Amino acid sequence: MSQITAERDPHLHGGADADSGHAHSGEHAKYSFLAHHFDSPAQQFDSAKLGMWLFLATEVLFFGALFVGYAVLRSRFPEVFSYASHYLDTTMGGINTGVLIVSSLTMALGVYFAQRGRKLALIICLWLTMAGAAGFLVIKYFEYSHKIHAHLVWGPTFYIPPHNEFGNEEATALAHAPTPAPAAVGVPVHSAVAAVGPLGTAPMVDASVIKPASVGPTGLSAAAVDHRLAGGGDIIPYEMPSAHLEDPNMPPNTHLFFSIYYAMTGLHGIHVVVGMFVIGMLIHRATRGDFGPNYYTPVDLVGLYWHIVDLVWIFLFPLFYLIH
Amino acid sequence: MSQPNQPSHATDVAAGHPLVGHLVGIKTLVTTASALLFLTIVTVIVRYIDIGEFNIWVAIGIAVIKAGLVATFFMHLKWDRPFNVLVFMGCSLFVILMMAFCVLDTSQYRATQYTGNATLVQETLDAHAPGAPITQKRTEINP
Amino acid sequence: MTTLDAPRHDILDTTASSDNYLTHSRGFLSWALTLDHKRIGVMYLIAVLGSFLVGGIFALLLRTELLTPGRTFVDADTYNQFFTLHGAIMVFLVIIPSIPAALGNFVLPIMLGAKDVAFPRLNLFSFYLWVGGALFTLYSLAVGGFDTGWTFYTPYSTTTTTGGVVPVLIGVFILGFSSIFTGLNFIVTVHKLRPPGMIWFKMPLFLWAIYSTAIIQVLATPVLAITLCLLIVERTLNIGIFNPSMGGDPVLYQHFFWFYSHPAVYIMIVPAMGIISEIIAVHSHRHIFGYRFIAFSSIAIAMFSFIVWGHHMFISGQSGLMNTIFSLISFSVAIPSAVKTFNWTMTLYKGTISLTAPMMYGLSFLFLFTIGGLTGLHCATLNTDVHLHDTYFVVAHFHYVMMGSALIGMIGGLHHWWPKMTGRMYHEGTAITACIIIFIGFNLTFFTQFMLGSQGMPRRYYDYQPEFQIYHVISTIGAYTMAVGFVITAVCFAQSLMSGRRAPANPWGGRSLEWQCASPPPHDNFATTPTVGDCYNFTAVIWDEKQQGYIVDRTLDPDMPHSTGAKPGGHS
Repeated sequence: MSQITAERDPHLHGGADADSGHAHSGEHAKYSFLAHHFDSPAQQFDSAKLGMWLFLATEVLFFGALFVGYAVLRSRFPEVFSYASHYLDTTMGGINTGVLIVSSLTMALGVYFAQRGRKLALIICLWLTMAGAAGFLVIKYFEYSHKIHAHLVWGPTFYIPPHNEFGNEEATALAHAPTPAPAAVGVPVHSAVAAVGPLGTAPMVDASVIKPASVGPTGLSAAAVDHRLAGGGDIIPYEMPSAHLEDPNMPPNTHLFFSIYYAMTGLHGIHVVVGMFVIGMLIHRATRGDFGPNYYTPVDLVGLYWHIVDLVWIFLFPLFYLIH
Repeated sequence: MSQPNQPSHATDVAAGHPLVGHLVGIKTLVTTASALLFLTIVTVIVRYIDIGEFNIWVAIGIAVIKAGLVATFFMHLKWDRPFNVLVFMGCSLFVILMMAFCVLDTSQYRATQYTGNATLVQETLDAHAPGAPITQKRTEINP
Repeated sequence: MTTLDAPRHDILDTTASSDNYLTHSRGFLSWALTLDHKRIGVMYLIAVLGSFLVGGIFALLLRTELLTPGRTFVDADTYNQFFTLHGAIMVFLVIIPSIPAALGNFVLPIMLGAKDVAFPRLNLFSFYLWVGGALFTLYSLAVGGFDTGWTFYTPYSTTTTTGGVVPVLIGVFILGFSSIFTGLNFIVTVHKLRPPGMIWFKMPLFLWAIYSTAIIQVLATPVLAITLCLLIVERTLNIGIFNPSMGGDPVLYQHFFWFYSHPAVYIMIVPAMGIISEIIAVHSHRHIFGYRFIAFSSIAIAMFSFIVWGHHMFISGQSGLMNTIFSLISFSVAIPSAVKTFNWTMTLYKGTISLTAPMMYGLSFLFLFTIGGLTGLHCATLNTDVHLHDTYFVVAHFHYVMMGSALIGMIGGLHHWWPKMTGRMYHEGTAITACIIIFIGFNLTFFTQFMLGSQGMPRRYYDYQPEFQIYHVISTIGAYTMAVGFVITAVCFAQSLMSGRRAPANPWGGRSLEWQCASPPPHDNFATTPTVGDCYNFTAVIWDEKQQGYIVDRTLDPDMPHSTGAKPGGHS
């Protein structure tokens, strides 16, 4: 206390200031988590929250610039976007949106249980959030692998026909995937071969190489299968992965759609991976019993981060998958 | 701007409330998630309704509503410090500003751009997929 | 009441010699893992000054090469690398972190009356991010360097064959996050760690400036980060977003880049303006004129900085409409800048000016910033800029702002707070001599470049017409003169560290909180959260012969309660 360093009104010395100093040291003794340069848990919590919100602001601008790039490209090439969007699988994208929303809910519930000091419920919620993140990435992996094998990619590779790389192996993997297989809505394509299998066992169709759907979102509905079985349209089989190159309707520079698609969803995917990492650390700390009604700041902050990841996807989904 | 050092909320640990921050109930959270899922279905459905130029605005509008729900309830912004709301709104505003300027610029010089395949695209096509039907040659719209 | 001050200063004297932040703990790790904002600030300062030396050497090399038309001592490709490295190092490694991260880190919490910044670990982390970014930049030199110019314009940056482009992009990306975290830390510190009584309008203007800077750092730098990411994938994976031969848009790259880099210009200059506000007020011992105007003009500059970026792109192919809009808005930045300049001048008016070394730098700033700011209007004028764009006129303009203002402000601030940081005084005469030499050298170097540019000499050129040679020779002589000045400054500081007189707590007569704690400050800055008065009221600051420094005699302060001998009016 000898380091009296600020000019100070004398009467404060004996009275209020000594009291507040005492109170502060009391706060530090009471709350072990309180850092030395904060006076109260409320001040520490408010600082952490503001810091996190500022970080989220940087995240918004980080993604924001990509959205600007998207807007510029889309305003220059509207036909590319409305055409290429149909190569994306709305079902998978929709399911992923749902997965992220539910994982956001479990994260928010996790914050609630942390605030109430219910350790087990918090840990369960965090594991559920983690499962949601993992599920999102698994679905995203299947989407990516289909497109990459069909050379629906960025750059000049988009214009190079693949050499039958997309073989049976992938088809098997797809058949056994836990996710619903994409339905096929065939569109007449020359030299197409009908490849119709029983529902759920061998969906020998890659939705990502399907031309613009003419009959709306069929999903896995029986109607779609009936439509297909009734010969309502020819189906593009795996053996024609360069279908986009053979489509006379493909507008020039379509690869740009996929460039920005991979850039934005890829960056988002990296954020999901980072999210899984920090949620894992939270699970570790929650199991150790670090959190309770007095101190749950890390849960709250990771929650905010996870919600912003969800929020970005909420914009990505309609902007890429749902272009009319 | 908020004053420092003042507790953000009443601290009533005994009544099951946290020391700091605001407790948002399970019911609110589940309702929010339900609304989000519902809006997701709505946005998928409106994709198939052709309303021309408005499709994208409807899609963005729904996304903005969903984002608002997430921020308001999941992220506790409704009960948070006003300055945190300002930070979030402010950074969104800067993104919109940047987007407006860039798109305005692009829309201005669009008329003088080339159409058709870009040069490297055309070279790649010629080399690897000479039979591909997309062989629109590069032309200038507004010479 | 006077007796209350006296024993306290005795205590200060003993604490100064026994326990301060420099002697609090010892050993390499006590510095490398420190969470003390003062030590982090000092580490930043050393790192930044080291980079300044490297960037300065490249400047001398390229000025030497330009002595004669054609080849002087290196070939054109090497010359391209020289100016690129000079620009990239000076911008990303020196000027952007110099004032906020080095001086700001040291001064901000003490000025505010806080024990530390809000997130000390994050603070240390951002220092190591800076080191990581610097290492990547060094690594890029080892693998072939880069010749893109500091702006990394596409499509050249995606096609050049120099090998160091991707490493330096990663380096700048990391440096960006260092800058973001520093800014974030400062915003939270200013918002949440102000002690009772430190209301917004009692904050020293340097804090307002740092706060405005932090807003820009947080909001603009992420855009640079994503731009560099895109550039890296563009170069490695050829995604084509910025590549015209793939249907992409190179102008979009410039939009992205300048959306960050124009505000970045204000990341450089606004903190320097804050330092000048402190220096001018303290060294003329007069209350700052128009406090609120200066404070709000900092915020206004921060906001305007986001909507003027297109004036860097007048001849890039940007549309005529946007050119007009950006030209118009760019003029508006002149308003808050002029508000500041006039207020500083008014503060000087009838002040008791001490021509100390910091004040010499402060006056140099006023002179150089006025030239730099006014020539900015030439460049903001659309049709004039079509002639001036990418000529030496622009080079001279931004050197007057970035070097003549931002760096001179930084060096001035270093002189101002040097006694506080090190606890040692420096030889005033030597420092003033160095300042005058730097000032003369600077104007020799860059005023000639205004003439070069207006006569049509393009920037970044290796070769030139013989009639330009006289200007280039003068400019190079000026550059070496400046180098002499900086060497004298370095010697002056080294001498101060080794044998300088012990600094009193308040050598200049400042009133803000950092002058009320010992030199160097103790480890925790303040044992208890302090209360504050008007930091620009110098009537109560009087010279104390015993301490060879100023003390605050509260009895003379009209603002403080219990005052007995209030002297109304200014200090004239």
